[in-house]
Formats: sequence, C-alpha cells, structure tokens
Amino acid sequence: MSAIQSSTQQWVDICAIDDLTPEAGCGALFGNDQVALFYLPNQPEQIFAISNYDPLGEANVLARGIVGNIGERMVVASPLYKQHFDLRTGECLEQSEVSVPCYTARIEAGRVELSAP
Amino acid sequence: MSNRQKLVVIGNGMVGHSLIEKLVDSGAAAHFDITVFCEESRLAYDRVHLSEFFAGKSADDLALTTGDYYRQHGIEVRIGSAATAIDREQKKVAAADGSQVDYDQLVLATGSYPFVPPMPGHDRSNCLVYRTIDDLEALTAAAKNSKVGAVVGGGLLGLEAAKAVKDLGLETHVVEFAPRLMAVQVDGGGSAILRSKIEALGVQVHTGKNTKEIVDGESAVHRMNFADGGHLETDLVLFSAGIRPQDELARGCGLELGDRGGIVINDQCQTSDPAIFAIGECALWGGRIFGLVAPGYQMASVAAAHLAGESASFTGADMSTKLKLMGVDVASIGDAHGNTEGSRSYVYSDEVAEVYKKVVVAEHGDKLLGAVLVGDAKEYGTLLQYMLNEIQLPEYPDDLILPQREGGAAVGLGPDMLPETAMICSCHDVTKGDIVSAIDNGSTDIGALKTCTKASTGCGGCAPLLKSLLDSELDKRGMEVNTDLCEHFAFTRQDLYGLVRVGQIKTFAELLEKHGTGTGCEICKPAVGSILASCWNDYVLQKPLVGLQDTNDRYLANMQKDGTYSVVPRVPGGEITADKLIVLGQVAKEFDLYTKITGGQRVDLFGARMDQLPAIWSKLIDAGFETGHAYGKALRTVKSCVGSTWCRFGVDDSTGLAVELENRYKGLRAPHKIKFGVSGCTRECAEAQSKDIGIIATEKGWNLYVCGNGGMRPRHADLFATDLDKATLVRYIDRVLMFYVSSADKLQRTSVWMENLEGGLDYLRSVVIDDRLGINAELEQQMQAVIDSYACEWKNAVEDPESLKRFRHFVNSDRGDSNVMFVRERGQIRPARETEKAIVEPA
Repeated sequence: MSAIQSSTQQWVDICAIDDLTPEAGCGALFGNDQVALFYLPNQPEQIFAISNYDPLGEANVLARGIVGNIGERMVVASPLYKQHFDLRTGECLEQSEVSVPCYTARIEAGRVELSAP
Repeated sequence: MSNRQKLVVIGNGMVGHSLIEKLVDSGAAAHFDITVFCEESRLAYDRVHLSEFFAGKSADDLALTTGDYYRQHGIEVRIGSAATAIDREQKKVAAADGSQVDYDQLVLATGSYPFVPPMPGHDRSNCLVYRTIDDLEALTAAAKNSKVGAVVGGGLLGLEAAKAVKDLGLETHVVEFAPRLMAVQVDGGGSAILRSKIEALGVQVHTGKNTKEIVDGESAVHRMNFADGGHLETDLVLFSAGIRPQDELARGCGLELGDRGGIVINDQCQTSDPAIFAIGECALWGGRIFGLVAPGYQMASVAAAHLAGESASFTGADMSTKLKLMGVDVASIGDAHGNTEGSRSYVYSDEVAEVYKKVVVAEHGDKLLGAVLVGDAKEYGTLLQYMLNEIQLPEYPDDLILPQREGGAAVGLGPDMLPETAMICSCHDVTKGDIVSAIDNGSTDIGALKTCTKASTGCGGCAPLLKSLLDSELDKRGMEVNTDLCEHFAFTRQDLYGLVRVGQIKTFAELLEKHGTGTGCEICKPAVGSILASCWNDYVLQKPLVGLQDTNDRYLANMQKDGTYSVVPRVPGGEITADKLIVLGQVAKEFDLYTKITGGQRVDLFGARMDQLPAIWSKLIDAGFETGHAYGKALRTVKSCVGSTWCRFGVDDSTGLAVELENRYKGLRAPHKIKFGVSGCTRECAEAQSKDIGIIATEKGWNLYVCGNGGMRPRHADLFATDLDKATLVRYIDRVLMFYVSSADKLQRTSVWMENLEGGLDYLRSVVIDDRLGINAELEQQMQAVIDSYACEWKNAVEDPESLKRFRHFVNSDRGDSNVMFVRERGQIRPARETEKAIVEPA
C-alpha cells in the first residue's frame, strides 16, 4: 500500500509522538477501527500503522508484539502465536493468503496522524 | 485357558528384567503367558550402581522397573519367591511355597552368589557379603556399631565395597589374596598407581594376604589371622572375593554344566535342553562366564529373539571396562596383560601425576590388542575402537598414550575410520550405524542422541567419541548446525552473555551496534532482555527495555487467548495467611475475575483487561503482595510440603526453608523458568525431584537435586550432594543457577542444559563443588548483586507514570477492547466463544 497523497487528503489527529515508546507498539482508535501504531525512529517511514486485530489468533493484540526485521521486511510478531505481519503491507509471512489492513500514518509537528480512508 | 505358550523366567535381576523388556518392546510378550520368579524381596534394580546407595540413592532410585509395568503387560511376577526344582520331563517348575508352574519354554537368569571362602569364622556375626540391597541394609546396620571395617577381596567389586565401607564412616581396610589389586584387569604398574591413590584416600591396603581364620578380637570384634602370621583387628568383615554362578537348579535337573560351574549354553543361549535358555552370569559360553552387564543384555537380546521365532547369535562379548573406583579412573581393554603370543607393550608411567597407561600391540605393531589406563582414562573410547575394529595403528602407537605437548600433532581416531558396525556404546549396544540413523532422523545434538539411542548414558566412556562422531557426520552433510542466536547476532547466547558482562552493556541498541546487524526480532530481543536482566536487574518496562519484552513480560501478566491477562501474586513456599487469602477473594470479586489454584501452590486470577492491571496490582500491593513473576523466564515458585513444623513424619522445616529460598531468589531472570521444591522427608510430598532445584530433608541436613522438570518431557532431577547444612546448600544453589544463567542456550531448561554439558553431572559437580573453573566467588557475587537489586516490578509500574501510560488499550481513548466478552460457567466468568458473542454484551 503506497501513501499517495491527493490534494484532498484528510488526516486525523491521534496522539503526540511523545505518547509513543520507540520500538514498542501502541493501540489507537481510528473511527471504529482498532489500529496498532509502531514508532520506529530508525526506519525511513518512522511510523507504521496496521490493524490491531490478529486474524489467526482472533484477538486485538498486534500492538503488543515485538517488532523487528526479517531480511528486508519490517515485521511485528503477534504476541499470541508469533506469526509475523509485514508493517508496510500487512501480509502474514507464514501464510501469504492472510493479511491485515494497513493504514497510512505520518508525524506532523510532533503529532501522529492517520490518513482518512 | 489360553493358546499362548507358557514362558517361565527364573530370576529378576538386571538381565532377567532386560529379557522381559525386550519381549515387551518387540511385541513377543503378548504371545506368551509369562511367569517370573523373583527371589529377592525387590523387583529388578541397578546392581551396577549399588555403591550409590551410600551416596544418598534409595532403593527406589535404583529400581529399574515397577510392579505396574509387569501388571500392565499381564506378566505374573512372584516377588520373594524362589524356584526350588525343575522337572524337565513334566516341564514344571516347583516353588518354595509348594506350588508348581508349567512351562513350554524356560529361561534361567539366576545370576551369581557372592563367594565366601570357607575359612573358620566366616559365618560369625558382622561377617557380611556385598551383592543385594538387603546386604547393603545389613551393612549399614552393622556399621552403626563399628569403627573398623575390612573388605576381603581387592578386585572390582572389592574396591566398590571398600568405598561403601568408607562412605559409612569406618576405618577401611582392603585384604587381597593376590600380590596386587585388580589382578584380573590391571597389570603390575597400573595396580601400583591404583593402590597409591587409594591409600591417599585413607584406605589401608593389604596384598598377598591369605586369611586363614576369623576369631575373637582384642581391640575389635574380630581378628583376621593371615597365613604369613600377620593379623588385622576389625569390627566388620565384608566378603567381596568373587562370584559363583547360581546353577543349582540346572545341576538338579541334569543340564550340562562347566567343570567349575556355570550352565553351558550355545550361541543361541540354549542349554543342553533346547526348551531351556540361560542368560547372564549363570551362563557359561565358550568356557567363559561374563561378569559384566552388557554381555548379559546381549544374551537377553538373543534369547528374546529366539523366543519370538527369529534368529540371533551370541558370539562372545568384549570385557573391556572403564570405571571410577574410589574416585580413581581405571580402564582395561582386551588383552591387558599381553598374553597374546608375540605381543609387545608401550608403557607410560607418571608417578608425579599418578597416571599409568599401557597399550599392548600385535607382533607386527599394526593392531591394538589391549590397554590399561589408571588415573586418567580419557583415551579409553579411542583405544577401544582401535581394538574392536582392528584398525591400523598410527606409525608411532605410543602417541596414543603420551601426553600431547604444545605444538605436537593431535593423535586420535577420526570417526570416519570406523566401520558402520563399530560399537560406539557397549553399555547399550549402540553402533556407529545406529548413531548415523539417529542423526539422519533429526537428532542433531548430543542431548537428542542420548535420548534417542541411549548412547553415553551408561558409563559415559564413549562421550568424547560420540561428540566427535556427531561433529564429523554433521560436517559431512554440510549440516553445519548454526549456533547463531538469529539472523541479527552471529553468536550463541553464551557468547552474548559474556559480551554483555565484560563490556558492561546495558541496552539492546548498544549490543546491536557493537555486535549485531539489522534491527532485531522476537528471538533475540527477549533473549537479550533476559541477559540484561540477569546481569543488571533493571526495571524491565523502562523505555529502552520495554520493546524487548516478550508477550507476558511486556505487561507483567500472562496473556490469555482473548488478549486479557491472568494475575499471579507471589505466595512464597505456598504459605498464606487467612487475611491475605481474603484479600485475594476480595480482589477477585471486585474485578469479577476467574480464580484457580496453581500447581505451584498459589492463586491465579483471570480475565483482567490490560487497562485494569495497575488497579488490581495496587490493591494487591497494599495488602502486602508482590509480583509472582508467573509471566517471566524467571524463578517461579518454591513448592513445599508442611514439614517438621506440623507433620508427624517431617524431619526438618521444609516450609521455612522454602519461604526463605523463594524470597532469596525471587526476581532472578534466567534462560527459562526455574522451579524449586523442598520436601521435609523422603515421602517427598513437594515433588522436589521433578524440579530444577529439589531439596529433601535428611537426618543430617539437606539433599540437593538438580536439573529436573515436569511438563512435556518430564525429567527426574539428579542427586547432586547430600546432607548439606543450609549455608552450603545456598552457596551451591547460587553457583548452579548462575552457572546455568551464564552458559545455557536460549530458552534452554536446566535439564537440557545439563544433558548437553560435556561431562554432565560430574562436570557440574566439579565446577560447583570443587571450583574447577575458579569462578565460584564470581558466581556468588553475581547472584548477590541480583538479590541486592530486587524490586517488585508491579510496584515500580504503579508508581511510574511513564509505565502507567502504556496500560491503555487505546492511546487516544478510554474505551476498552469491545471484542472481549465473557459468559459464566460454574459460577465464574470465562471468555465467550465466537458463536456466543453475537448474543453477549461487551465486557
């Protein structure tokens, strides 16, 4: 999912960047969606956002997983059964037919914002 | 009436039981109605390790089987019942109680009896033998009123018996008829070194002594008079002067016997009556009786195969042996005395280090015929392979026993030089081919090979060869077992631990920068988090550390299937006051939590949402509770029994000790969870022998057991040391745990760690008790540092605003997780199933 910004891009304010701990995920409410935010200062994107719901473990826990990389891919390991989800594409590395929704996030003036769908 | 053949087995020693096991394992047992006569009052036990009875092992520890095993397989075993006669015509066995049992096939596994020279006085009181557990109990009783003990016989069994007498605290003498000790297996040079080492232990050795009679003593109960005019005063005489086959039943029914006894058998282990087999020490094959258990097991295999309708042959057995006698390594291989015509020897003798090594080579110097090793037997495995496989010796055979000096070429036997049929482990009959198959089937480390093939689990003599064979095979398959922690660190956990300690590294970022690549993963982050905790014991939820924490440590609670958590406060030793119990009930009610008692003797509270955790902890902390670390790879619990405080059988205060130990080690993080148990007597109600650290009270102190565990692969803990006072006990535990923390692999339980330590339990003892690595002071300091820096992390969390911010399901809302829903069952909540969720309100 690429972040193509159109001139009518709407951004929703979520929280201050200081509310996030680097390298540790955090849950956010985005409309009616549960989102997992990951602040990774050493990555070019800085901030990642995928669904908080683990479709294999069937619980809202992805924000609580450990982040890291497998080769080139930045991933989070679900705390339930440790399947890896690509932070850029939402794809599950162990079962490629499974994926979670991704969201476009940015840091603007010290605030974390998610792009409205 | 069944159509099955009737099989009667007379004798339930190690070999008799082995026969039954082999019949059961092959399925053949199901085709027979089996009756076993067991003359002793106990089922089969490990007679080889009998002397460990005095190092704290009980009869149960030595038992090789249980009544349940026999019942399960429908095998009748008559304990304490002796067979008195065999009627070959009628095919009946008569028993001492007057009953008779029919047989179609009969196996004699009657073993031996200890030979007592028929000198006058040999049957005085306190003149004992050394073969059965009953004998050991009699010896223990006699030793209570004795100061001096004399063992008659300086062979293998005699020296084992002497160790027992010494362990019982008596002034110990060994009296040997021949001019030297262990005359059968060891030559003059080796015997001299052996004697010197034994005498250094305080045991007095008398060789060339022929005892003529035993009479009343003056300064002791007995006086042994020798043929040369000398004498020895002693309170107790223990005969260990040889064994004789128990062949009376065979004699009574006319089976062919050897000139000096023993039941003659053919290659199929059949006696002169084809319906009767004889196996073990009672049998005579090729004019020889085999007094080691491994040949007995081979005979049992052969007999079992024939009973199952297959063919097999016994073609003799190698009598090479390696053992530790009174702490001295002694090994004998093949023609140790160089009796083969034309053979010649190389001898290396170091009187300073007290080491003696001899190799006997064939006339043309190309093959090894025999060897003797005393004081250091590390070449045993290699030399045995040369001898058994007739492998061409190196150009200078003495290189095999000469010490390797700096810069010298290492001389050894590449495992590639061994044929597939080469016997690697003779205790358990494991060939090179067996090992190679096991490796092909996935056993790619020593621990797995031991479990799968049993190699190296007997005398341990083949351990170095097993390792070099494993390495060679893995190498050949290009199967370099990658020991890197993960793609981010090209080191083992043990390496990283060292790097962290020495480099005083305090964060993952620093370790990654100095020694790793990439960004990390769910393998290395928790492993490094654990190492940092073991070394520095910093609060785990601080910013630089929180991202390293695994699922449960991340929120200091145990995540359940629906994303809620369970909460387990610490209840040291399983002891809790009424007031505290009430608080647990109140907290459970206030938050409507599901409560359950755990195996670790404490209470678990389920259904806590992540955002409720700090409030729950506050209530618990106010009542005096602390975190129980149920979520951590850390010390969990010290299980206890009631002990001497209340129990009419308790020998010491197990509960008090358990509470003390749990409070000492709480907060320690480790490669995996650690569980203790403390029992107040041998009834073992705390199940200490299935714990990483198990402690059992004795009359004289505490016995320490290590490296056990329950779970998927239960493992019995090993007896580490006996009768310890509390201070020593605690020192040993400090050292064992810190040594484990510093050297284990990631997520390795203490059991697997020890299985993979080269040298296993003996090595662990040498490190912790003898300080072989010189690290004990350091280990104790490191443990003390952890103890001194303990702080309850629940308390840290509730008092730290930064931490509290993370206990919210949403950073930008106070709402909870709408997917968490409960229903009620048996009076308490449980997570709703998906099908139930449609009709339930969110929690």
